[in-house]
Amino acid sequence: MTSSSPDGPWGLSACCVRFGTTHGTVAALEEISLAVPRGQVTAVVGGDGAGKTTLLRTLAGRIVPAAGEVRVPPPRRIGFLPSASGVWNDLTVDENVEFVGRAYALGRSRLAARRLALLGRAELLGAAGRLASRLSGGMRRKLGFCLALLHEPDLVILDEPTTGVDPVSRVELWRMIAETASSGSAVVLSTTYLDEAERAASVLVLDDGHTLYSGEPQSIAAAVPGTIVHTPVRPPGGAGESAWRRGREFRAWYADATAGEVLDEPDLEDAVIALTLARSSEGDAGRRDRAGEAAR
Amino acid sequence: MNGRRPIVEVDGAVKRFGRLTAVDGVSLTVHTGEIVGLLGANGAGKTTLIKTILGIEALHGGRVNVFGTAPSRATRQRLGYVPQGLGLYVQLSVKQNIDFVAGAFGVRTPTSIPEDIATHAHHQVKDVGLGLQRRLAFFCALLHRPELLVLDEPTSGVDPLARARLWDTIHAQAEAGAGVLVSTHSMQEAEQCDVLVLMSSGRNVASGTQADVIAGTTAVEVRSPVWSMAFEALSAARLPVTLAGRAVRVAGVDRARIAAILSAASVTADLREVPATLEEKMVLVHRRTATG
Repeated sequence: MTSSSPDGPWGLSACCVRFGTTHGTVAALEEISLAVPRGQVTAVVGGDGAGKTTLLRTLAGRIVPAAGEVRVPPPRRIGFLPSASGVWNDLTVDENVEFVGRAYALGRSRLAARRLALLGRAELLGAAGRLASRLSGGMRRKLGFCLALLHEPDLVILDEPTTGVDPVSRVELWRMIAETASSGSAVVLSTTYLDEAERAASVLVLDDGHTLYSGEPQSIAAAVPGTIVHTPVRPPGGAGESAWRRGREFRAWYADATAGEVLDEPDLEDAVIALTLARSSEGDAGRRDRAGEAAR
Repeated sequence: MNGRRPIVEVDGAVKRFGRLTAVDGVSLTVHTGEIVGLLGANGAGKTTLIKTILGIEALHGGRVNVFGTAPSRATRQRLGYVPQGLGLYVQLSVKQNIDFVAGAFGVRTPTSIPEDIATHAHHQVKDVGLGLQRRLAFFCALLHRPELLVLDEPTSGVDPLARARLWDTIHAQAEAGAGVLVSTHSMQEAEQCDVLVLMSSGRNVASGTQADVIAGTTAVEVRSPVWSMAFEALSAARLPVTLAGRAVRVAGVDRARIAAILSAASVTADLREVPATLEEKMVLVHRRTATG
């Protein structure tokens, strides 16, 4: 069910999304809940096929869930940047702005003011006459972001705004994202960069359509069962399967408390790997025969 | 590491496209058993540099040696390359891709193929998941036991556990003596490299271990009950500001200057000096070269 509420709170409750394939039905989202408050950035993380895009498209009203509730502002109060660019390559920067402005029926003076403010902040005014196809990847993504914000939406949904964007442009994009949140909008974005997700006020970690973790990124350590240890060499035998490398040393996850040097403050990267390992060790038998696995 | 030899030697490389100097006097070395990470903004010259090492682009000045000679078809036979787009033939089956690459490099199609890949041997590549495509691309690039691996954003879009597994493969190659050159935008990948080379505007602006590259650069962490006001004030002053949860970070700027800006904006905040991140270092380097 989708309900439109102009003032919030916005988000998803126990949403399930299923897709039909030639092999039957696949669960893309399994009972996912997410609050998207105003004035902060909420991040959705996970690898390819985890369900990030499905979740954001559900919030944007592009997908209707099989079960659960979606609470969002009316469509005209939502700004959506899809994962594939969100700009028209055959139009110039200014023509892109003009086109989207007309689609939202913005008045001439308001459009002019928004253009100046947004393109100025994105440092795109100097490229206003350039074809979008002639912009660098980072500039094109910034233009897509400006277009999603043109009509001053209350809820801003950004699907991987920084994927493939170089680190310098990424920092500029984050400056714009943070400014949008600080001005009172609700911002939700997806990313595969965990260091980036650590900047968000809250984070939802998805794996295979399931919630691995939901909450403040700084509190994720408490949600990891068992222990994470750090060691200069890869643990021998079967324990090596649950080990991973961070810089010059290894981390290993054990279901039980164990001998070894316990890692004091696992970051989001370590915690997510440990949670993924924990989930697969718990559900191995149960999930092996589930149909959804192969069809990711 | 004892007895390691240089595999890639770039010395004062210059490459121009019309009036643009894409690579401007860059030097770097990749030794056997070493993983070297190439970082920089778009347009910094990373891709051009990689193309010269692969032998696709010729230089206007300086020198590139691979296995001790100029890049050629012969040196290409000894290196494995995984481009960002993976370079697979998506209309062909998984097996046909393996056969094709084996044929091109003059090696036998291997008899032992990892189970996950073998299960999909007769599926068209376009029909298998991105994770498997990526493992297939690595498998193909390693078929001829290359002495040098060149990787462009090898784990972009991969979940953390799968990324850790792919990096296990990369480290195993280095431990077996191969040299590895990785171009990346990801700070998590940079952390996996032995040596980093930072490029900006065609020049090599810093190199060494991650600690060497960051050394001496600090950031100030700003904690304020009104973080958004702190963020806006510092951002309006055109400082390199980043968000860290509900805190704000400013890299490479004097603490006193930050305090002055905040106090002028009547924002109360706690300031704390912390080591800069690699990303912050890159932004500072870029600002410096962009403004001359």
